[in-house]
Amino acid sequence: MTEAQLKLSPINDLHLKYEARMVPFSGYSMPLQYKLGVKQEHIHTRTKAGLFDVSHMGQICLKGDEVKDELENLVPSDIKSLNEGEMRYTLFLNKEGGILDDLIVTNAGDHLFVVVNAACRHKDIKFLRDNLRCDIEELEDRALMALQGPVSETVLEMLAPGVADLKFMSSGEFSICGAECFITRSGYTGEDGFEISMPSMMAEEIAETILSHEDTELIGLGARDSLRLEAGLCLYGQDINEMTTPVEANLGWTVGKRRRKEGGFPGCENIIRQLKDGVSTRRYGVRPDGRAPARAGTEIFDLEGNKVGDISSGGFGPTVGAPIAMAYIDSPSIETGSKVSVLVRDSLLPATITNLPFITPNYKRT
Amino acid sequence: MATTYYSEEHEWITIEGNTGTVGITDFAQEQLGDIVFAEVTKTNEEVTKHEEVAVVESVKAASDIFSPVSGLISEVNVLLEDTPETINSDPLDNGWIFKITITNPDELDDLMDLDSYNKFVESIK
Repeated sequence: MTEAQLKLSPINDLHLKYEARMVPFSGYSMPLQYKLGVKQEHIHTRTKAGLFDVSHMGQICLKGDEVKDELENLVPSDIKSLNEGEMRYTLFLNKEGGILDDLIVTNAGDHLFVVVNAACRHKDIKFLRDNLRCDIEELEDRALMALQGPVSETVLEMLAPGVADLKFMSSGEFSICGAECFITRSGYTGEDGFEISMPSMMAEEIAETILSHEDTELIGLGARDSLRLEAGLCLYGQDINEMTTPVEANLGWTVGKRRRKEGGFPGCENIIRQLKDGVSTRRYGVRPDGRAPARAGTEIFDLEGNKVGDISSGGFGPTVGAPIAMAYIDSPSIETGSKVSVLVRDSLLPATITNLPFITPNYKRT
Repeated sequence: MATTYYSEEHEWITIEGNTGTVGITDFAQEQLGDIVFAEVTKTNEEVTKHEEVAVVESVKAASDIFSPVSGLISEVNVLLEDTPETINSDPLDNGWIFKITITNPDELDDLMDLDSYNKFVESIK
């Protein structure tokens, strides 16, 4: 895809004004980093408040009398029990139980509000149209921004009084700069924070207003990736795909209690069996003992030299202060705490299998 | 007197006698971003011009460093083991990466002086 064909975010001019380094991402021209650089942007988000443009993600409105029941045919989570304002992370599944995309579903009262990955949005829309009878509307005139970090609540409460009362994974309608915004207390960094769906026309003004707070900085995709990796969160297409099931991905918790009994979702026989009997391949954390990062695709070996898995995402965690990675391990003898080797540039380097996440999440649960 | 040359791969090499000290330029460190790891992979080895001899990793990605000339890698900057970010803060001095004993001084003629390098950077910006 040439640059001329890339779609632009509604706040593209703002990115250029703040000297973003723009890169092609899922068909969009998006900011990789700003002047602070990836490491400082990462640390700023963990200590203050970072504003992310995530307008490339798909925002979809599902409307219909049976919409909750219909959506449960495609995902393993309990959607029917979502009260108005509540939201849930879930997965579109294929017939074998492989993951087609990860998404967030919010009960917005008279409709379900769904956010999907940019790279999957066209595939997802088709999947929904093929399987649901309800109204499906892609909200193409809406921008989406995330404000993440411990100071986010203070910053946003000044602009949208009442958001401080939202708990983690809940939502509400608010007005910012006179524009109608749908705000959820969620994000993908491991920090407390919000995602704000807003009219595209107002996005630049709202972003500038948020940025006028001294503790707020624009944060690019580079830091978004290192933040989600530290938080142990999966990137679709890298850590999860059509070949991985929720149980293998260590996302078995997305399968609702009622749904484990009732089934009725794609691949349910396979997934319910895996939940009961366990799986031979599972996602873990990996900590290289030295300073060299082990990137995606790095092979992992046990101490006898047998291959036991591959790294799916890897890099450096600025808050951890060391290299970190996530991997799929397919050996029953390897568990949390096991010593392994990672093959980096033809050298076997010592590493340790860990649980996820690498940081303690700072969500506002109460 | 020491003379410094520049490559199209954004390395600099300062020549004193038959020893060259090699690092990456300010433009290169800025493009790479925050450096978290640096390693010379061909210590005490004979290398040829354009051969990969080191790797520099930022938070996001790994980048190969090529030798601008042929020779023997004679020394590596041990300071970078614990403080690889020195390449960001002081790329042209304390952030040097390796030293090389040059075997073919004629290869220096293929490199650029500072003025040519600055024009080269402008042309690719």
